[in-house]
Amino acid sequence: MDRTSNLVDEAMAMESGGVVLIEDCVETNGAFILHHLIKRHLSPPQSSLLIFVAFAQPFSHYDRILRKMGCNLVVQRDNKRLLFLDMLMLECPDGDGSKTCEVGLRALFGKIQKAVEVGALAESKGNITIMIDDISLMEVAAHGSSNHVLDFLQYCHTLTTQFGCSLVALNHKDVYLSRNEATLILQLEHLADVVIKVEPLATGLATDVHGQVTVINKGRRIEDDERFGRSMNKLKNFHFRVKDNIVDYFYPGSRT
Amino acid sequence: MAATKTRTSSFSRNFSTPATTSTPGLKYGPNSTLFVSSGIPDLDKILGGGFALGSLVMVMEDTEAPHHMLLLRNFMSQGLVHNQPLLYASPSRDPRTFLGTLPNPASSKDDKSHNRDTEQEKALRIAWQYKKYFGEHQQNSDGLRDGKQLEYCNDFDLRKPLERHFLTGQLIDCISLQDCANLTTFRDRCSTFLSQLPRYDGKISCAGRIAIQSFCAPQCEFSSMEWEMLSLIRSLKSMVRSSNAVAVITFPSSVVSPSFSKRCQHLADTLLSVKAIPDEDKELATLLTGYQDMVGLLNIHKVARLNTQVPAILEATTFSMKLRKRRLLVLECINQAPVDGSSGTSYATSGSCSSSSKTGTLDF
Repeated sequence: MDRTSNLVDEAMAMESGGVVLIEDCVETNGAFILHHLIKRHLSPPQSSLLIFVAFAQPFSHYDRILRKMGCNLVVQRDNKRLLFLDMLMLECPDGDGSKTCEVGLRALFGKIQKAVEVGALAESKGNITIMIDDISLMEVAAHGSSNHVLDFLQYCHTLTTQFGCSLVALNHKDVYLSRNEATLILQLEHLADVVIKVEPLATGLATDVHGQVTVINKGRRIEDDERFGRSMNKLKNFHFRVKDNIVDYFYPGSRT
Repeated sequence: MAATKTRTSSFSRNFSTPATTSTPGLKYGPNSTLFVSSGIPDLDKILGGGFALGSLVMVMEDTEAPHHMLLLRNFMSQGLVHNQPLLYASPSRDPRTFLGTLPNPASSKDDKSHNRDTEQEKALRIAWQYKKYFGEHQQNSDGLRDGKQLEYCNDFDLRKPLERHFLTGQLIDCISLQDCANLTTFRDRCSTFLSQLPRYDGKISCAGRIAIQSFCAPQCEFSSMEWEMLSLIRSLKSMVRSSNAVAVITFPSSVVSPSFSKRCQHLADTLLSVKAIPDEDKELATLLTGYQDMVGLLNIHKVARLNTQVPAILEATTFSMKLRKRRLLVLECINQAPVDGSSGTSYATSGSCSSSSKTGTLDF
């Protein structure tokens, strides 16, 4: 089945494995990229496993949106191709402070690891993807201990190298304003193979162009001999318009 | 031919009235969301129906002016008029006294007619597929004839206090944030309040409202514990999402750290901010029409998009808050006053490289 890929897919050029970081801001929400990636990973011919860790929105929200895009999350969940972990109420309760946060995140990682191992053992030759809804909310759930969040992400990263699965995470760039708070986002950007930035247009609001997306591909997943003589960092910039069932990406200025 | 037959195509749009909820305080919107009114008719129109049920509304206050109280008062009064349970929390020692300042619905003599005329004109231009969202106007006029306030959104008269019978016998819960040493007790109270309004896909009988005023105000003990406050807002958001309620939280964004403010802005489903307008500002008076009547500015940063990924792009995001007849809150688009040709400061100098502000020969 021919899958039409859009400009962002081509810019990402990721087959399997690797870390994708999506950055957005208050003015422009980047969740539509997550929705697109969910649909891409769950649609045939690949039979992949998607582990979705939700901190921001409940299952019903994603179900409704993906249904308009032609993907039934309930069916995928029943077929064990989607594992939806609802972490909206995950709280590391006060009291012991950092200890309990660690325990909460550790338990979460345990679940993910088990799912990945089970998925890798399954005979289907698909990719496993771990998606994290919102890392800034994971920080809130961990009561601000970004070290634990970073540890968690590093552990997930080891899964990508060990099992060849991909990791997709969304974070809010404008939350990290001062220098010493920026550790988490800088570490994430360093870890990521592809960084997708969603920003508003420099010129302001418009009804037919909702914002701009910049894809920075560090080219780490390209084979060594191909990489030789090619620039390592590929940066592509597009404008986009979000619709209910699809997102239009186009080169700046090409939309009349 | 005796009678001319009207030709009907095989396609026929059913103009039947949309599924109206039996409760007047709720309205159906797109993407199977329900709306409750904010208490300000103009704001409901701007937001596309009102506040979405299950959403979290955050208002960034301006420390120089109490305009967020106007929003809160209308919001709370609207809920009480519709018999919706209310939870109110504020940093003051005795939040119950605030209930005495809530406005009463305006007497419907002349106020509604002006609204309806403009709406009927606009209705001619609206395409047929949107007619179902304007079905409320028929309901409005019916409600007026009955003499009871059964409308979805009332105009509130800010000079008249809310009638007693709305305040008694209601499920009104008041919490003083100063009494909450840590936020777990507050969270538990919100949780018990929301547990009486569970969300399920059947017939919704009742919607609840939570109004929290000046959440991070320095008087509260927990105001320095930023992560705890964020944690509470996040759990409140999840609880509200899974129940039939709307929560409005106002917070002074200039008092807290910028990154905390940004996190709150991200947490909000609908984000508004109010700003004060300085009195007797001559420059602003020349720039804006109707400056003398303006009370403040309202900015709409984000509109809740539940169950959909399409963002809401508004035609305008900044509105001026005015008090019509000194008692009804209206929101109007900002209109820039016509630039006076002789002064020419706004356009003439912007293109020129020189820094002189005198009008040159290039005066457009």
